[in-house]
Amino acid sequence: MIQMAAAPAPQTPPKPAAQPKPRLRLLSGADKRTFMDPLSDNNPITRQVLGICSALAVTTQVRTAVVMAIAVTVVTGLSSLVISVMRNAIPSKIRIIVQLSVIASLVIVADQVLKAFVFDISRQLSVFVGLIITNCILMGRAEGFAMQNPPWRSFLDGIGNGFGYSLILIIIGAFREVLGSGTLLGFHVVPKALYAAGYANMGLMVLAPGAFILLGLLVWAQRAHTGYAEES
Amino acid sequence: MEHYINLAVKSIFVENILLAYFLGMCSFLAISKRVQTATGLGCAVVFVMTLTTPIDWAIQTYLCRPGALAWAGLPNVDLSFLTFIAFIAVIAAVVQLVEMIIDRFSPALYSALGIFLPLIAVNCAVLGASLLQVERGLNLGESVVFGMCSGIGWALAIIAMSAIRYKMRYSNVPPALRGLGITMLMTGLMSMAFMCFSGIQLK
Repeated sequence: MIQMAAAPAPQTPPKPAAQPKPRLRLLSGADKRTFMDPLSDNNPITRQVLGICSALAVTTQVRTAVVMAIAVTVVTGLSSLVISVMRNAIPSKIRIIVQLSVIASLVIVADQVLKAFVFDISRQLSVFVGLIITNCILMGRAEGFAMQNPPWRSFLDGIGNGFGYSLILIIIGAFREVLGSGTLLGFHVVPKALYAAGYANMGLMVLAPGAFILLGLLVWAQRAHTGYAEES
Repeated sequence: MEHYINLAVKSIFVENILLAYFLGMCSFLAISKRVQTATGLGCAVVFVMTLTTPIDWAIQTYLCRPGALAWAGLPNVDLSFLTFIAFIAVIAAVVQLVEMIIDRFSPALYSALGIFLPLIAVNCAVLGASLLQVERGLNLGESVVFGMCSGIGWALAIIAMSAIRYKMRYSNVPPALRGLGITMLMTGLMSMAFMCFSGIQLK
């Protein structure tokens, strides 16, 4: 009975809705989630509370923020990749020191590249390029993701977290540069008429307290948007 | 002597490593929930920084600086690209050593600090102080004072913040602002307060 009922079925072409349309996809569903989650819902800075130090120190201008963001994204992606490739060979007792040496080697490469190609920005970033080593995002992703997952997904996770970090860095950088010095990427954006009317640049934004308060407000906005609340 | 006291005041208050240079924020945010643990971590950081900053000074001066290997007959060797990895290795080693020494000689202190000691290796304040003293070209005595007083400044900030967060339990904070948000706002206010120290010169 069942066979007879099923027999005519192959004659009619299958409905297009029954099967997903075959198209070239770079990322599968899970990979895409791995990549996209850190951008908003699971953002490394506002949600996981990792990597705050450099997020505040390099954001007085958008230019330095962008360079730092690129450096951190590249280093995070590569370190996740390398650690994930080595994950079965690393003895668990010395894994921290192995991870640190992988990260430190990559940061040295990044530092040399920055010194070679954008020397003046590398001078402005000063010690904070070296401090990428102790940026908690790198250790956090290495320990929390790359040690358990295959290389390609770890790489995506690293890059995704790097982009999530970059997003926050550039937002804070833009606010601090516009409010603090009236410029954006070095161009004057606040019209002269406003200064003539008595507007003044907010010096506080360039200093440390402005950065802290701005990040606090940004976290508030982001968490109110995603509806996440920490228990106090 | 006056010069050293000046440097001490500057690195504890005026240029507080946490509130002016944003270093060590991660552990500052994570461990500032209770005064007792914050005090323990603060003391451990002071101890580790007092040791690592001069050791890293020695590594920089006799090993990594361009031309530093002149004492070994190699004046043209420049190992400055090894600075980062040498510094982080020293810090990890010192933290491990401190852990073992405390465990051997004072089990009570060890059990109080136990879980926080390994965390110090990835505290950016420790690496940051080492890198800053290289950038400023301090000498040995200055690097000891700078390392110790930066540590004291960091400890001061985290202990004060843990006390404030303890009081915050009784206030009604909007849900999305709880935790990280309100802590950042309070750190901003604290940083503003510390700016009042700027311009102090002991002379």
